Amino acid sequence: MRVYFDYNATTPLAPDVTEAVVRATRDVFGNASSVHHFGQQAKAAMDDARSAVAALVNGDPSEIVFTSGGTESDNFAIRGAADALEPTGRRHLIASAVEHEAVLNTLRSLARKGWRTTLLPVDHTGIVSADRLRDAITADTAVVSVMQANNEIGTIQPIAELAAIAHEHGALMHTDAVQSAGKIPVDVRALGVDLLSLSAHKFNGPKGAGVLWIKRGTRMQPIVTGGKHERNRRAGTENVPAIAGLGVAAHLAAGKLSSEGARIAALRDRLEAGILGGVAGTAVNGAVDARVPNTTNISFERVEAESLLIALDLEGIAVSTGSACSSGTLEPSHVLRAMGLPTHRTQSSLRFSLGMFSTQEEVDRVVEVLPRLVEKLRGLTRKAG
Amino acid sequence: MSGGVDSSVAAALLAEQGHEVIGLSMQLYDQSDGQTSFGSCCSIDDLHDARRVASALDIPHYIVNFERQFNEQVISNFIDEYAAGRTPLPCAHCNSDLKFATLAERAAGLGAEAVATGHYARVERDADGDRFSLKRGVDPGKDQSYFLFSLTQAQLARAVFPIGHRPKDEVREYARRRGLPVADKPDSQEICFIPDHDYRAFVTKRIPEAGREGVFVDEQGRVLGSHAGIHRFTVGQRKGLALASPTAAPMYVLALRPADQQVVVGPRSSLEQTRLTASGVNWILEEPAGPLRVAAQIRHRHQAAPATVRALGDAHAEVVFDTPQLAISPGQAVVFYDGDAVVGGGWID
Repeated sequence: MRVYFDYNATTPLAPDVTEAVVRATRDVFGNASSVHHFGQQAKAAMDDARSAVAALVNGDPSEIVFTSGGTESDNFAIRGAADALEPTGRRHLIASAVEHEAVLNTLRSLARKGWRTTLLPVDHTGIVSADRLRDAITADTAVVSVMQANNEIGTIQPIAELAAIAHEHGALMHTDAVQSAGKIPVDVRALGVDLLSLSAHKFNGPKGAGVLWIKRGTRMQPIVTGGKHERNRRAGTENVPAIAGLGVAAHLAAGKLSSEGARIAALRDRLEAGILGGVAGTAVNGAVDARVPNTTNISFERVEAESLLIALDLEGIAVSTGSACSSGTLEPSHVLRAMGLPTHRTQSSLRFSLGMFSTQEEVDRVVEVLPRLVEKLRGLTRKAG
Repeated sequence: MSGGVDSSVAAALLAEQGHEVIGLSMQLYDQSDGQTSFGSCCSIDDLHDARRVASALDIPHYIVNFERQFNEQVISNFIDEYAAGRTPLPCAHCNSDLKFATLAERAAGLGAEAVATGHYARVERDADGDRFSLKRGVDPGKDQSYFLFSLTQAQLARAVFPIGHRPKDEVREYARRRGLPVADKPDSQEICFIPDHDYRAFVTKRIPEAGREGVFVDEQGRVLGSHAGIHRFTVGQRKGLALASPTAAPMYVLALRPADQQVVVGPRSSLEQTRLTASGVNWILEEPAGPLRVAAQIRHRHQAAPATVRALGDAHAEVVFDTPQLAISPGQAVVFYDGDAVVGGGWID
């Protein structure tokens, strides 16, 4: 039995999504920019997807721009807004310290081009406070970017409150909803944001398809230039099969958000209780209440997370230490560090993230296997120490 | 699994023999910082190669991050040794303090019974079954037993060297036959964490004071000129001295004196010595009670020479060669052999 508890890294396709992707790949090969029948077919497939995604986030289809995924959406949001606002004299960007690398490294890149950047600290549960944003924001702040839910710990940020502060100062509010879309209700109007990123493969859609929702009237510059695709906002022939899959995934997620959320939360809570009760020296990292239903991040005292991750994989159980790094190696989590956790704890923490195909048997298997593996690794630590 | 042909073949042989093999690669240093041009990073490419090989062998593969341990146990020692006027041997430290220590512990935590590497050396269990001897690899041009002298019995008991009884060309041939993607990859050279081979710049960056200027002196203490830091020199070095020899004979570095930043130079004849002492001595089987006839090797590329070694207690030893040896360098290892077998070894004082 192989157990996959790494849904925050990526998810398997929902069967209906696979079917939609295969169908579009086979039958809808036209270029959506073409005038003829084949082009119109592709355009129609994209329109369906656009409506489904718009419905998922309570936006208007005209506000949806398809991208290659969450990273491009985050780049587009920040770079596109920065480019558009630079002539107005704004030269300052704000993000939280626990953002995904797609946001953090975009800020670093812009900092090299002369933008001032501020990273907002978080409290020990990983939450950004409104006061910290009030302290940091200035009259020349162009964009505030704070993720709706964190990828490593699942903590949910008070986006509506932060957006209100950003708007008081004339700044745009972006939220990276890659880890919240499809897991909890995401309502762009209620959140009060101007820009929102999401990615299909985090909610049982295909890789290579994402969205930047851009509130109507928001001044943006494209970052991928070329033809007049996506109403001049994102050039390049559209990846129609992946976009069709994204549409179906969005539709499925919207339809069972509350029932599926409750089911997965119950599994996650069972897993968490099983680990905390079965393995001494364990603790949950991050907020326990303000959290997406599928994620738990747990530290295992006196255990190298790296070793436990490998030991679990050899038992057929796939988990993660946080965000997957490009080199495949394991670095101390910037999220846990920003929360003020000591090094021994940042290096002993694992993320378990559940999803569509997770079952109680899988949860029980993990709870059964973990104590033995942890005990073995701790025994070695004692000898070495 | 370093991503090179040797460890790749080691893994392949074990898998072929039916062992349950887990591939581990060590990430030892971060070369991503300040990287402005793409495609110039070797370490990530090597890890990628290791992953490709593991995938071809259908074994699990993981990268373990030992940057901190490598820095503390290997790089720091390397820097300190240079700053102290010695010539360090980081690969030997990496073997005994990292690969067969930290990495072996990790492997044990995963349930592994042994740690295999792509070293050209052999471990043999003695007839009585409870002691292990360490022997040279059969390929004399590739033998790496010199870098393994400090392994303890406990470490040897869990060490496996699958390619130690094969010559290099056979290893490559095997890799080609198995279609391993690294079959024709060039051998790695020099020190892995200094890819541009400029260890002088590396040392100066870590300890700027190592680059303090000093003077060249001859054996009588006469000042012959100035230099830009003793870490730029090793005992036996001839090139790069930029000195006019008073006698027109070539000048060699004879000794480094870190306390007063002096580099002692002299003629080749003064480089020859018959005696050395070593510390941190490890005896593979047991410490000899009296003088022992051995072949002693003072560098990786040195032809082991007949000598008599005497244990001085407290992990010290004295070695007296039958004939004078050129450029005995403090910081390098002296390794004692009886035929193919490593008797022991230590660090040259």
